[in-house]
Amino acid sequence: MDFNVLLTDLPTLVVVIIGVPLVLAAYIVGGEYLVRRLPDKARPAVRPWIWVAPALVLVAGFLVAPAIATLIQSTEDRHGVFIGFQNFATQLAGFPTGGAWIAIRNNLFWLIFYTLFVLAFGLLLAVLFDRVPYEKVVKSLIFMPMAISSVALVVIWKFMYAYQPPGQPQTGTLNFIFNTVFHQDPRTWIQDETPLLGLFPLNDMALIGTAVWGIVGFSLVILSAALKGIPGDLLEAARVDGAGEITIFRRVIFPLMMPTVVVVGTTLVIFALKAFDVVYAMTNGNYHTDVLANRMYQLLYNSNDFGGASAVAVILLLTVIPVLIFNLRQFRAVEARR
Amino acid sequence: MHQLWLKRSLLLSLAAIVTAVACGTSSTPSAGSVNVMATWTGAEQASFMAVMKPFTDQTGITINYEASRDQDALLTTRVAAGNPPDLAAAPSPSLLTTFAKSGKVKALNTIVDMTALQAQYSPGWITLGEPLADGKLYQVYSWVSLKGLIWYDPKNFQAKGYNVPNSWDALLNLQQTIKSSGTTPWCIGLESGAASGWPGSDWVKEIVLSQSGPTVYDAWWQGKQKWSSPEIKLAWTTWGQILGSNDSNVYGGAKNMSATNFGDAGTPMFQNPPKCYMHNQASFITSFFQSANASLQPGTDFNFFGLPDITSQYAGAHVVAGDAWSMFNDTPQAEKMMKYLTTADAQAIWVKRGGKISPNSQVPLADYPDALSKSTAQILVATKIAKYDAGDQMPSDMRNAYWSAVLQFAQNQNNLNSILANLDAIQAKAYTS
Repeated sequence: MDFNVLLTDLPTLVVVIIGVPLVLAAYIVGGEYLVRRLPDKARPAVRPWIWVAPALVLVAGFLVAPAIATLIQSTEDRHGVFIGFQNFATQLAGFPTGGAWIAIRNNLFWLIFYTLFVLAFGLLLAVLFDRVPYEKVVKSLIFMPMAISSVALVVIWKFMYAYQPPGQPQTGTLNFIFNTVFHQDPRTWIQDETPLLGLFPLNDMALIGTAVWGIVGFSLVILSAALKGIPGDLLEAARVDGAGEITIFRRVIFPLMMPTVVVVGTTLVIFALKAFDVVYAMTNGNYHTDVLANRMYQLLYNSNDFGGASAVAVILLLTVIPVLIFNLRQFRAVEARR
Repeated sequence: MHQLWLKRSLLLSLAAIVTAVACGTSSTPSAGSVNVMATWTGAEQASFMAVMKPFTDQTGITINYEASRDQDALLTTRVAAGNPPDLAAAPSPSLLTTFAKSGKVKALNTIVDMTALQAQYSPGWITLGEPLADGKLYQVYSWVSLKGLIWYDPKNFQAKGYNVPNSWDALLNLQQTIKSSGTTPWCIGLESGAASGWPGSDWVKEIVLSQSGPTVYDAWWQGKQKWSSPEIKLAWTTWGQILGSNDSNVYGGAKNMSATNFGDAGTPMFQNPPKCYMHNQASFITSFFQSANASLQPGTDFNFFGLPDITSQYAGAHVVAGDAWSMFNDTPQAEKMMKYLTTADAQAIWVKRGGKISPNSQVPLADYPDALSKSTAQILVATKIAKYDAGDQMPSDMRNAYWSAVLQFAQNQNNLNSILANLDAIQAKAYTS
């Protein structure tokens, strides 16, 4: 670690350590001072704004302004000349394989399968582990991949998916099982585009599987917490009334967990739309596994095509907004119920 | 009386301080120093310091060495801030060439001993240091490395009576002989995470240079030669000949090629019986061989031959890499050091410590610690046409598309026309921004 950098930039360091808290303190004291000068009636109206203003400024400066800049940039060419919706036209040209369509298709797969698998596994595991004494241990184990960075996750799964030609000892876990248990030829999971059920490319599913393994602990702990929140006497009453365990799950547990499931689900949908790291590290979008976020990154940093990258970002933003709104509404509904 | 003495001593000490400060800031009391930036750390840094020790001992000039793995970013910032090192050595010359274009580095023609350089360096290495082709030398090479080495297991070759091919036709004949004996001749692995495809791109660029020569090669990476032009297309189909129809010359075929990491690709060569007989990779691959199988010995278990010349007109053309030096500040100390770095004496120090090859023909072959580096040195010193990695000099989206094209070509060679058309489309855009 080169600490010289810190020393050469001493003035900046001093400003950051002393200046920033000083300015904030001055702002608060000064704000309060001004508010006190106001007539009694006006104070409650003004005071909250004084306190909220720094956050508003930060959000405006670091979120709203760049978003607007991206919107503007998406209508410009490389030289900053306005070209209308041409960037969008390029991205959406050549359906179904040209432009961004492969990425859009894959994001759709991610949206469906990533969300579905993570919710299903999370729910299943939460309900099952609720009934065993070693619940905490297993939950910690399943939660553990959450602590692994995505690139490390990919390295681990590359070993899982490793391929050796037929006849060689299979070093990849999946191909080993495939080979010794099912007596099938090994497959190149990450490169093989063979569609499963005639529709979903194998390598896309392999990538999604990797991401699911990494995140399933997240949905498990949240859903498990929701499950614990269901009053025991309610389940007791259902049992007394003669309901079987499956009926109890369908009619009592699941409806009560529904709001949580929806919140987790919508969060996962946003994760799926943002999917980048696993794709970038595993295939970099090769073999038709590209997703919108990776495409945006490539356009931005490899092609220096700021307009095209912004257009993809805007497409991504537009698809996320409805989910965001839905998510916020659900969140409020859950809060209101408490 | 007492006060006067105090005044005098105060004045005296003040004068002393002023002189000291003046000396410290303006003139240099000792022989001075050179600020150097390079990427070598750890053992490599120790080797570089060993190279510089005789220089410091002799001249008294001290070296302020700064190492960074993120050299491109650091150097760009430092140059932009007007605070560049005096000398910098970069493993990829693209950035140094950018600085040459913007006039940030000095021409070296009057600084190094050109007569000695021309006597000791093959012309390929000197032209490589004149990236602007304006007759000015902006980069000199102290140590270099070679791409396009064909690795083989000498024991396997001997057992089957195969000879190291000395011409391109002999190579094609050899692969046919191996194939008809029931084994795939080649091991190729294209997987490399986000950079997948580059090992195949090495094949193509080596073929372009050896087949169509330096003019086509340069025009190609500069974006002036279309991918669909006959020369570049020929290089791809020539690589296709190596791969065989449906990649039948490669161990495991297309599937294994795309799924195998470049580092693991060569190891099936050492199985018994061998799964392949040849593997094309730069010299770093030996560490992968040995980490997969620690008992493998260089020379006896693995050796290499240079990719044979394809067109006799361009014999001795090689894709190379090297540590290029550029000068940012023209100080007498930096000049001395630059001169020193081009000498055989300086370069031999690192050569003896292992891991580096010198482009200087005066470095005795006996100085190389092992047989492999010795034969690499023989090829490099005799290199007539030295060219840098074409892919590394392309704009990054061109380069990435090139890598992806390799993957697509390996999957299905029949798609070559559409693959090249797609590369043309990217070429048309990539160079304009």
